[in-house]
Amino acid sequence: MSSEAAAAATAAIPSIPRDDDGPVFRAPWEAQAFAMALTLHDHGVFTWPEWAAALASEIKRAQEAGDPDTGETYYLHWLATLEGLVASKGVASMDTLHRYRDAWDHAADRTPHGRPIELRDEDFR
Amino acid sequence: MFPGTTAHRRVSTANDQNAYLAAMSQDHDHHHDHDHSELSETELRVRALETVLTEKGYVEPAALDAIIQAYETKIGPHNGARVVAKAWTDPAFKQALLEDGSKAIGTLGHVSRVGDHLVVVENTPTRHNMVVCTLCSCYPWEMLGLPPVWYKASPYRSRAVKDPRGVLADFGVSVPKDIEIRVWDSTAETRFLVLPMRPAGTEGWSEEQLAELVTRDSMIGTGFPRTPGAPS
Repeated sequence: MSSEAAAAATAAIPSIPRDDDGPVFRAPWEAQAFAMALTLHDHGVFTWPEWAAALASEIKRAQEAGDPDTGETYYLHWLATLEGLVASKGVASMDTLHRYRDAWDHAADRTPHGRPIELRDEDFR
Repeated sequence: MFPGTTAHRRVSTANDQNAYLAAMSQDHDHHHDHDHSELSETELRVRALETVLTEKGYVEPAALDAIIQAYETKIGPHNGARVVAKAWTDPAFKQALLEDGSKAIGTLGHVSRVGDHLVVVENTPTRHNMVVCTLCSCYPWEMLGLPPVWYKASPYRSRAVKDPRGVLADFGVSVPKDIEIRVWDSTAETRFLVLPMRPAGTEGWSEEQLAELVTRDSMIGTGFPRTPGAPS
C-alpha cells in the first residue's frame, strides 16, 4: 500500500526531491513529515492537487520572505503546509499544535539525557 | 530552546517512530554540556503534529513507521560506507580513523556532521564488534541512515549485552566460537561505528566499488559486508 501511495504522491508533486527510485530525504524528520502527508491523504483530508497548491503557495510565501530556495528548506515548507492544512481542514487548530509543541519542549527539558522523552499530562501545564 | 548550546538528542522508545525525529537535528554541534534533553524547533513541531494526529485517529504510529522504513536507504547522506571503503584502501586513513574517528572523517571535508565523539572499532579475525544504543539518539544516522526498528527495542539492547552470539544468530549472523564478540554500548558522549573486515576477492577494487558492499548492518556489527558477486 505505502509504496503505491508514495508513488502517487511523487507523481502528483513534481517538486519532491527524488532519485531514480523515488523520494530522498536529508534527515529522518523529513521522511516523517512525508509519511504524515501520505497518511492524511489516505484519510481523505486533502487531494494531491490541493496539497500541491498549498505547498506551492507556502514556498512562494517563504521565497518572498527571503528563503534562499536551495532545496535544503523544502521539507520545512512541507511541514508548514501540513500544519496549515491540518488547521484549515479542521483536524486540529494551530493553538492545539502550539500547545503540543510546548508540551514536547517541556517534556524534553525535564527528561534527563539518555532517557526516552515521553509526553505526560504535566507537560501541558 | 537554548541557542548555541544544543547538546543532546534522544529517542522515545514508547513511540518508536519518534526515534527518527530525535535523531534528526538542525544543529549538529553536539557539546554535551547539558544534563537534560533537547529537541530542535523542527523536531518539536513534527512531534506535536504526530501526537495530535495520532490522538485524533488520523495516524497510526506503526503505519508511519512502515512508510519510513521503506525509505530507510534514502534518508541522510550515508557517508559510512564511503568511510569504510576508504579505510579498506588507505592504511594511513584507517590508522587515523581508529585513533580519532571524528577527526579523521572531518579530514574528508565533504563528509559532514559526524559529531564530536565517533569511535571506530575494527573487526579482526579474532574479534567481532557490535553496537547497541536504544535510548540515546547518538545513533550516527548521518553515517548509517536510519536504524532498523528492532535496534531501538529494549529486548534487543538487553539481550545483546547478555547474549550477543545468540542475538547475532537470530539475524543469521554466525560468529565462530573462537571469535570474541565485543559489545559497545553507545552513551551520550560516544557513538560507535564498526569497521568491518574487507571481503575477500575485492583486490584492486576502487573505493566506489567497495562502498557498494558496505551495509548499514555491517557498520553496527549485526551483519557483514556483501560479498563480491552477491546481489545487492
